[in-house]
Amino acid sequence: MSKFLNLLVGTALVSTFAAAPAMAEKFGLGRPALPEEIAAWDLDVSPDGTGLPAGSGSVEDGEMLFSDHCAICHGDFAEGVDNWPKLAGGQGTLADKDPLKTVGSYWPYLSTVWDYVHRSMPFGNAQTLTADDTYAIVAYILYSNDLVEDDFVLSNENFLEVEMPNADGFIIDDREEAEAHFWTDTPCMENCKESVEITMRAAVLDVTPTETRAKKVQELIRKTKPEPREDAAVEEVKAEQAAVSEEAAAPAEETAALDPELVKAGEKVFKKCKACHQVGEGAKNKTGPLLNGIVGAAAGQAEKYKYSKVMKAAAEEGLVWSEEELAAFLAKPKAYMKGTKMSFAGLKSEEDIQAVIAYLKSFPQ
Amino acid sequence: MSENSSKKAPSRRQFLTGAAAAGAGAVAAGAARAAGPDPLITQVQEWATGTGDGVDATPYGLPIRFEKDVVRRNVEWLTADTISSINFTPIHALDGTITPQGCAFERHHSGAIELRKEDYRLMINGLVDTPLVFTYEDLERFPRENRIYFCECAANTGMEWAGAQLNGAQFTHGMIHNMEYSGVPLRTLLEEAGVKPEGKWVYVEGADASSNGRSIPLEKAMDDVLVAFKANGEALRKEHGYPVRLVVPGWEGNMWVKWLRRVEVLEGPVESREETSKYTDTLADGTSRKWTWVMDAKSVITSPSPQAPITHGPGPLVITGLAWSGRGAITGVDVSIDGGKNWRPARLAAPGTDKALTRFYLDFEWDGSEMLLQSRAKDSTGYVQPTKAQLREVRGENSIYHNNCIQTWWVKATGEAENVEVS
Repeated sequence: MSKFLNLLVGTALVSTFAAAPAMAEKFGLGRPALPEEIAAWDLDVSPDGTGLPAGSGSVEDGEMLFSDHCAICHGDFAEGVDNWPKLAGGQGTLADKDPLKTVGSYWPYLSTVWDYVHRSMPFGNAQTLTADDTYAIVAYILYSNDLVEDDFVLSNENFLEVEMPNADGFIIDDREEAEAHFWTDTPCMENCKESVEITMRAAVLDVTPTETRAKKVQELIRKTKPEPREDAAVEEVKAEQAAVSEEAAAPAEETAALDPELVKAGEKVFKKCKACHQVGEGAKNKTGPLLNGIVGAAAGQAEKYKYSKVMKAAAEEGLVWSEEELAAFLAKPKAYMKGTKMSFAGLKSEEDIQAVIAYLKSFPQ
Repeated sequence: MSENSSKKAPSRRQFLTGAAAAGAGAVAAGAARAAGPDPLITQVQEWATGTGDGVDATPYGLPIRFEKDVVRRNVEWLTADTISSINFTPIHALDGTITPQGCAFERHHSGAIELRKEDYRLMINGLVDTPLVFTYEDLERFPRENRIYFCECAANTGMEWAGAQLNGAQFTHGMIHNMEYSGVPLRTLLEEAGVKPEGKWVYVEGADASSNGRSIPLEKAMDDVLVAFKANGEALRKEHGYPVRLVVPGWEGNMWVKWLRRVEVLEGPVESREETSKYTDTLADGTSRKWTWVMDAKSVITSPSPQAPITHGPGPLVITGLAWSGRGAITGVDVSIDGGKNWRPARLAAPGTDKALTRFYLDFEWDGSEMLLQSRAKDSTGYVQPTKAQLREVRGENSIYHNNCIQTWWVKATGEAENVEVS
């Protein structure tokens, strides 16, 4: 560095102008990044392992962590829930019709899995996993793909020894060679083919979204809202809502005896909710609103929480989280309230639903 | 209808034969004749008597309520959740080339985050002489450029690989927008930090939970990549990466990292999730192409189309659409009304520019018969937009991304249109 500076000083007198265009103009803007800042943000991991922190995690620990943090969307066995990504299976299907692309069947580098899980997962609660947790979850994903045994422990030391089945399955973009015939320059203009037949129609498949009836009704309602007069129908709906609210609010006050076993079971179920929700003393809004006193409360009331439009609308319409409403919501959130921010697939078992409601009831404030 | 008009109005059949015999001129003259005095003209209208809104009625204006169907739309079955999802620009209802920000498609991997300018930091690190941190204000002090570019998701038209699926140009081709960006060349920022000779790639990432990191060869990073903070003259929208996004001209939208927070200079690519498990293209034999960054030349007729049927009957018809290429400028667009047997050149509204949308028109006299409408783009490298069959021939049937095939709309005698595939 000092040599370089001397050289610059030495030649500056004779060649200031000549040298200037060759060197990039500097503006002296910004400031040097501190090592702590670089360490906080520079987390990416490359295929050769550059960027991997020291640490380790076992398949066994990974199974627990996966169940807590990942199974909601990816399934207990990494098989995927609904439209969420499948992480296991599919080996040998890449040349089939509709190949199944998973970590095991498709991903060429293990570094990609570690890096992505560490920085971008769990969905809605990213950057909360420790290095060891990440090693364990990645070990479990490998196990789910039959790539390691159940006693396997993944660490920064054996990381590069894991062989990914599709490591050699990629080629660099070769369109300019493989598709060179598309550069025809003078395409055919007349009598380019003998006959033209319709071979497939979109109307047959019918998968195009249409403006739903519900949406139209909503629009109609919105349109009539600003009108100064309130007609009988609106009054009727309002009265009905008021009645429902009262009905729903009543049982919420009877929180006397809670079955401690059920509450305990609910605490376990609540692990699935924890990625996004807090409950209890000092609970705050996270990805989801805090849930203290939620059972029996009016919807959309957590202070400063940004609810979805539909939740706000439901709150305005007087939705109350009675046990019944809550149970319906928890069973299939998206079906119950289309457009809710809650990206949770839903609790499948009625017992789990009742348990988690009991658990939530144990936090009345 | 007055008696007069009912006598003079020809039946549909007479109309068609008349048109054929007398030629187009007669039809046009007939169409111009009024049925009777138009009350919109003869009667004084409410809006010509009273007054309208004062200034400031809407401090930031939205489109008038009659245009409320010109909005982005989502295809719910495509993704598990709207937070990691995509919607579509209503290209069937727009004209010109600039996409208004408010209806330009969105693609998020962890939702659209809210990031204040005051909280914004951009770090340049890795193989540089001095790792640097810039604030938003710092960025505004570098020399700026204005450039118009299209941004197309690699998956645009992806649902059509399997066959004609979605019935509307918005859904088949709406993962695209075209804006005028103001920003600083990435080159300027990299030079400010001083790239070391061993640096061959940059890795760019966003501030959101997905980070959506991508590796870009240094050559491209030093060429035309922009660190943009304005689009169409105003601040970026939250959903497009406010306050700062990367603009990677001609390359797939996934690389246009939103909420850009870090640029790292590296010797090799990171091979992140978005450039290995996603945004790669599996061929018939099971091997996959990676680093397929460039968006091939493509075009689509936006009107008439399934969401924009012909409602005015035979006679003069404006056929219009969009064309673009990630390799350069559009040099020509041909239109076919018979499913690709014969082609005629369309009129470009303005000469094509590099990696930006070009609007084309075919001013057409429609005789009311069925059409199989297609458009075919050609770019400055001599590339001609292929058919789906040509693409499948090379790539097989398992592709998801980079479907730039010729699109067919079956326009029926009623003026309605449907998405079809033809032989």
